[in-house]
Amino acid sequence: MALRTIITKRTLAGALGFRQQHRSVQTFSLPDLPYDYGALEPAITGEIMQLHHQKHHQTYITNYNKALEQLHEAITKGDTPTVAKLQSAIKFNGGGHINHSVFWKNLAPVRDGGGEPPKGSLGSAIDIHFGSIEAVIQNMNAEGAALQGSGWVWLGMDKELKRLVIEITSNQDPLVIKGPNLVPLLGIDVWEHAYYLQYKNVKPDYLKNIWKVMNWKYASEVYEKECR
Amino acid sequence: MSWCCCNSVCTSSSRQLLATSDLSSIPSRVSNAGLKQKRSLRGVPKVFAYYGLKTPPYKLDALEPYMSQKMLEVHWGEHHCGYVEALNKQLEKNDMLYGCTMDELIKVTYNNGNPLPEFGVAAQVWNHDFFWESMKPGGGDMPKLGLLQLIEKDFGSFTNFKEKFIEAALTLFGSGWIWLVLNREEKRLAIIKTSNAVNPLVWNDIPLIGLDLWEHAYYLDYKNDKANYVNVFMNHLVSWDAALGRMARAQAFVNLGEPKIPVA
Repeated sequence: MALRTIITKRTLAGALGFRQQHRSVQTFSLPDLPYDYGALEPAITGEIMQLHHQKHHQTYITNYNKALEQLHEAITKGDTPTVAKLQSAIKFNGGGHINHSVFWKNLAPVRDGGGEPPKGSLGSAIDIHFGSIEAVIQNMNAEGAALQGSGWVWLGMDKELKRLVIEITSNQDPLVIKGPNLVPLLGIDVWEHAYYLQYKNVKPDYLKNIWKVMNWKYASEVYEKECR
Repeated sequence: MSWCCCNSVCTSSSRQLLATSDLSSIPSRVSNAGLKQKRSLRGVPKVFAYYGLKTPPYKLDALEPYMSQKMLEVHWGEHHCGYVEALNKQLEKNDMLYGCTMDELIKVTYNNGNPLPEFGVAAQVWNHDFFWESMKPGGGDMPKLGLLQLIEKDFGSFTNFKEKFIEAALTLFGSGWIWLVLNREEKRLAIIKTSNAVNPLVWNDIPLIGLDLWEHAYYLDYKNDKANYVNVFMNHLVSWDAALGRMARAQAFVNLGEPKIPVA
């Protein structure tokens, strides 16, 4: 039925003398975790990792795909009010997808280097800009603890100014909302679902322990790539 | 595990303590024995007022199986208690905010949309007091009398209201609250979403029901299944008695102009 409609549209468009582009909307799917759910214990329990990945991240993706589909339809129909109305759902769910995709990569089991401080150019940049890794950790943990509500703490870099930044974003806003040239190196999810089952309301303990599984290798790779 | 934010039992008593100037308006059940007195250098007593942690109007296991005792112990005993402690600590430093009632404190610290640092904790203290009282064991069912009539007038039917309320809850992004309020200006009921600590007092509306949608409010019992939590709240927890009482009080402030609608 849809195929018939497309053919009819095309024929009609052809007859009227103008071309009509028919794009299909790209759908997104849940990326695999590069490690088992239990691999980050005891810093983060397997139960949390599984729920976080299979339920929360998946829900963002499902809703993102749905919103994109609706947006595509609204654009095609020229339905501006709907296009405008969908923006917040796209930012929220799309942001949730981006943020969590980065998050799984910037964590690693201890046996794969999780928690090992960065060497190389990122390590030097941190020393120059912040004084030490400890200073970065302290700063980010303070921001994370002070954040009221839901959001993320980021170590990012400005790829234009080649400078490191620490930023927070609220809800699922991706880092790029804070600056168009910002690229995330490390993110810490401070939504309650990221730690509640294990740490309850003791967010500072979660923030302290997550550094034991922080994947500085990934951060260094991104940093070096953006520095070229 | 310590069940309160501090190492000992929460130091705030279960009664709200008032500044000296409010002594005359203390309701009889609150004694003024709880007021702290410090003598300044000149020998004149300086009184510091602190907010207390109110206990929910039911035992912590009374909402089982819909809201577990365990979750209430953490939600009330750690989160709510923590907000009270944080508020008292912040107020210690800021003389300007002394002597305010909680409602005033919220409006002042909201600062017309540019909130002061005290706003988050003050509002969360109020929000959680309101939340516990918006629920009751054996709750749910339907509102009665004038409140039901008002809901039917402003939403078409109770079913429609319930649907809209649940929809609002499920489309809230991030942490926040869902409220049924009486809009003072428009003199009608409305469903409102707020983010983080914001509550309808800042717009001068009168809240009737509040639902906590921060993840800590449901995660231990429901994990990511927010829909289940919201439905359970509407079907088994919400206290329409409390809402009716609040509506009756609201009518002292808002003329609904409809003499045919009795509240009680």
